[in-house]
Amino acid sequence: MGSPTPVLSVRGLTVSFASAQRERILAVDGVSLQLHAGESVGLVGESGSGKTTVARAIAGLLTPDSGKIELDGTSLTRRSRSDRRAIQLVFQDPFASLNPRRRIRGVLRELLHVHGLASDPEIEARCVELMSLVGLPAAALDRRPAAFSGGQRQRIAIARAIAVEPRLIVADEPVSALDVSVGATILALFDRLRSELDLGLLLISHNLAAVAAICDRVAVMYLGRVVEEGPRAAVFDDPRHPYTRALLDAAPRLRPEPSEGPRIRDEAPPAGARPSGCAFHDRCPRAEEICRRESPELRAVDGQPQRAAACHFSNEPHTGGRAR
Amino acid sequence: MTAPALEVRELALSVGDRRRRWRVVDRVSFAVEAGRSLGIVGESGSGKSLTLRGVMALTPAAVRIDAGSVTLAGEELPLHGRRTRVARRGRLAMIFQDPLSALDPVHPAGAQVAEIARRVGGRSRRAAWVRAIELLDLVGIREARRRAHDYPHQLSGGMRQRVMIAMALASEPAVLLCDEPTTALDVTVQAQVLDLLDSLRAELRLALVFVSHDLAVVRSICEEVAVMYAGRFVETGPTAALLEHPRHPYTLGLRQAVVDVDDAGRAPRSIPGELPEPGQLPPGCPFNPRCTYADDACRHGTVELESHGEAGRAVACLHSDRVPAP
Repeated sequence: MGSPTPVLSVRGLTVSFASAQRERILAVDGVSLQLHAGESVGLVGESGSGKTTVARAIAGLLTPDSGKIELDGTSLTRRSRSDRRAIQLVFQDPFASLNPRRRIRGVLRELLHVHGLASDPEIEARCVELMSLVGLPAAALDRRPAAFSGGQRQRIAIARAIAVEPRLIVADEPVSALDVSVGATILALFDRLRSELDLGLLLISHNLAAVAAICDRVAVMYLGRVVEEGPRAAVFDDPRHPYTRALLDAAPRLRPEPSEGPRIRDEAPPAGARPSGCAFHDRCPRAEEICRRESPELRAVDGQPQRAAACHFSNEPHTGGRAR
Repeated sequence: MTAPALEVRELALSVGDRRRRWRVVDRVSFAVEAGRSLGIVGESGSGKSLTLRGVMALTPAAVRIDAGSVTLAGEELPLHGRRTRVARRGRLAMIFQDPLSALDPVHPAGAQVAEIARRVGGRSRRAAWVRAIELLDLVGIREARRRAHDYPHQLSGGMRQRVMIAMALASEPAVLLCDEPTTALDVTVQAQVLDLLDSLRAELRLALVFVSHDLAVVRSICEEVAVMYAGRFVETGPTAALLEHPRHPYTLGLRQAVVDVDDAGRAPRSIPGELPEPGQLPPGCPFNPRCTYADDACRHGTVELESHGEAGRAVACLHSDRVPAP
């Protein structure tokens, strides 16, 4: 772990949206997260779990209903320019986030100039350095986004993010639109930059494998809440929430699964139709009466204080999904 | 011996204009029996989707089918001309990555399935509707009778993919071509759709061709796999044996680029370099600039797909015996 004060601390984050019928829909419901310098945390969940909303709230792109977001111990209720610089977002589709008419050099120069990060004579050298940090040749500076492949564009988006010397990168599905082989290079790049630049990395993905590759800790979201969190190895080897188990079982593997349990059924309901009790009970292979009545709190797993799960049965291992 | 459900021989496609043309699919051959499945794996731009489109004779305007044959249960299908569609109707169907672009937004899901059951299956309106509900039920849409009235925008991504599969099945095909049908889906839904395709293959004895960039996805559904690079098959064989010990350096690279949840913490290894653009293929083996084993023979000689020792395996590499197990 890095410094005792985390780079990012999120407590009780709640975000709601208005539905078409003008009802409030809770997209994120009391999410708490911590991330230290040089640490990478994976935030995992299906579409609609609220993970992207968490990312956008952390980046300041939307205003939460309630909750605290702190950067190095300082609250971010009002963000200064340097606060905004400190947290950078990388999106799934790099093409949509790059201006097609601008050469890469112009994009980077403007950033460095506006934020006063390099004097005029240094700017060119810094642009070349940024290209080399993300594994692109200096000649790439003279080209426009259309001249690059998807993986190269993602490298450019990352160069733009690290140009402003952030403390934290929030990457929202950065490899989902890429080939496996290209995605691998981008994950490796994030991993290298995290350690070289001592960055915090919050990697948001529906893909457990991406998170498995480079994250120290994992938080799993379901319908707006964190249902399990802990060190990656512990969570993956011995998940304590059946939803985590289901995600692991569903992940495609190179070797046949040792125990192919029954799949969880259906898809997550929309955020406005949260089931009573435990929100996962209607898809859960081991739900019992209590699950239908009482919503389990996220609480520490017995004997493993660094982990937590929100399941009435979190103190028992969840082996391959048990049939009803 | 009966003919395979689908046999493709020496299929060659090119892209370009009147002045210059470049090969994008280069003499690709494969066969799939009824009730069996073949995966075609490769990076974006390797030609895997174009191969399927070539089989369907549904190529984009700039792409031309230069040569080859497509045979369905022993009968050769036309690759050009007005009869391409009719000859495939009710025998060969295809599903795509993005169901929303394949579905009509202004008609309910059930009506779109019924339309095919009526036109291709030759049913009456009423019988076609009944058949549509049956198919929606078969592909795992709950309360199919009610959901049949939903429009595509009211369905989730996974449900749309199921509707597209139902539409493909409505024509009662012998062969189903799948172009990355699960790439845009969440892992849980992906697993459900893969299970569905696998059970349809077994129950309806469909011949399945499944294209993906993800070896792990192909592993979970295909018995045989072909690895494609720069328009060519560079390695083919039974999936398990091929993953256990790839014989082409590119297959090994793809294999090592996949991170799966079982080897958490292993940083993914990437293949250096990028797939060459059509028209910029190097002489010799197309993979040689990215290959650690490449020597002069690879840079200048010709490298063809040839059978390799073990049963059913073939590889296009001069140094296949030097490729280590992963």
